[in-house]
Amino acid sequence: MTTEIAEPASKVELPSHLSGDAGEIPSFECTIRIARFVPEQDEEPHWEDYQVTMYGTDRVLDALHKIKWEIDGSLSFRRSCAHGICGSDAMRINGRNRLACKTLLKDLDTSKPITVEPIKGLPVEKDLIVDMEPFFQSYREIMPFLITTGNEPTRERLQSQEDRARFDDTTKCILCAACTSSCPVFWTDGQYFGPAAIVNAHRFIFDSRDEGGDLRLEILNDKEGVWRCRTTFNCSEACPRGIEVTKAIAEVKQALFTRAF
Amino acid sequence: MSQATIPAPRSGYNRSKSGGSKFELAAWLYMRLSGILLVVLIFGHLYVNMIAGEGVQQIDFGFVAGKWASPFWQIWDLLMLWLAMLHGTNGMRTIISDYAEKPATRMWWQIILYASSLTIIVLGTLVIYTFEPCPAGADPSVLASFCTAD
Ligand code: HEM
Ligand code: SF4
Ligand code: FES
Repeated sequence: MTTEIAEPASKVELPSHLSGDAGEIPSFECTIRIARFVPEQDEEPHWEDYQVTMYGTDRVLDALHKIKWEIDGSLSFRRSCAHGICGSDAMRINGRNRLACKTLLKDLDTSKPITVEPIKGLPVEKDLIVDMEPFFQSYREIMPFLITTGNEPTRERLQSQEDRARFDDTTKCILCAACTSSCPVFWTDGQYFGPAAIVNAHRFIFDSRDEGGDLRLEILNDKEGVWRCRTTFNCSEACPRGIEVTKAIAEVKQALFTRAF
Repeated sequence: MSQATIPAPRSGYNRSKSGGSKFELAAWLYMRLSGILLVVLIFGHLYVNMIAGEGVQQIDFGFVAGKWASPFWQIWDLLMLWLAMLHGTNGMRTIISDYAEKPATRMWWQIILYASSLTIIVLGTLVIYTFEPCPAGADPSVLASFCTAD
């Protein structure tokens, strides 16, 4: 293992008369405390501390990369886009569900170790990787696709701006599971559909072009459906896309009432 | 902060389909409606018993007997009993399904819950409606003083 010079902030070598101290990015030492678990050798997860020198522009994901690439290659976590779009890297950072790629280190308290754990309520496979299957099973159950009747139109299905705005918020979901795995009701027995499934059902229930709303409402009227929600707002707080998750759930409850009475 | 042990992988989802039942919807609505009524009933009850008149010192056998002599307080207390018991029982049902992990454990907790709720509702209703402060023909030595005062 070699200790090398940290990557320069810019790949472009500027002549000394152009580069000054002005644009220099501050660097700092921080401790990343990661819940490590290797099923083949560990009985249960344990904390492992890593000291790294990071820069003001770095995110938690960059720290994880640095650890994986320079200190311990066995560290496992998911990430793909690294830009808050694919939803792979939701994890519990300092006790809160966030995307590692959207959490700047400078926004955390770097004087104390930064804890990084897998999201809760789903079985841990290795280190920060959990089995997402129960999460996606709920997602599939609410039928996240357009349901229509009659012949396919020969052109796109038009919709007014107001109709589109009705469900705009819930179209933003990236299926990261930050919400579902922050929900204490989901933690209990994992049978609750969970906020993410309800958000994605909302996206179709309130879409004027869709005709499967009734089916989805019936699914969410289940005893593991929206009625298990206890409005703790953990989901709304956790969502990296800023979706008003609890509000979406309340709207689905309301739609169920309108249908029932 | 200590890391909790990793829960054993779950056996996937085994939701039993409730199939068109409106029970959960009704229970959800009931919790809110009964809650609103209970705010009035409970705080009214606390005020009348503990603050109005001579305050908490006034509560004794005679005070309760006096209240239940009036149909107004009989209905008030009966409503409070039924609404709160059904509300509390449904709330406990929620908590049991949260915490009980094995179906058998869950079933036993629910049996205990429903049995005790039923007992309290039946006994409470009987007390409110059959309450007789001065039963005719009773030994005068065990009666309240106001029964013998003539
Ligand atoms: C004072 C008026 C009351 C109001 C406004 C009220 C309101 C509520 C509401 C809205 C819920 C549902 C919470 C949810 O679904 O997330 C609830 C739950 C509950 N209530 Fe009440 N309630 C009142 C009195 C009572 C009383 C007197 C009892 C006991 C007999 C009680 C026992 C419970 C229990 C055990 C729960 C379940 C808690 C949980 O879900 O974690 N409540 N209450
Ligand atoms: S609603 Fe938000 S937190 Fe939940 S899965 Fe979608 S993007 Fe993630
Ligand atoms: S890596 Fe794609 S959302 Fe973070």
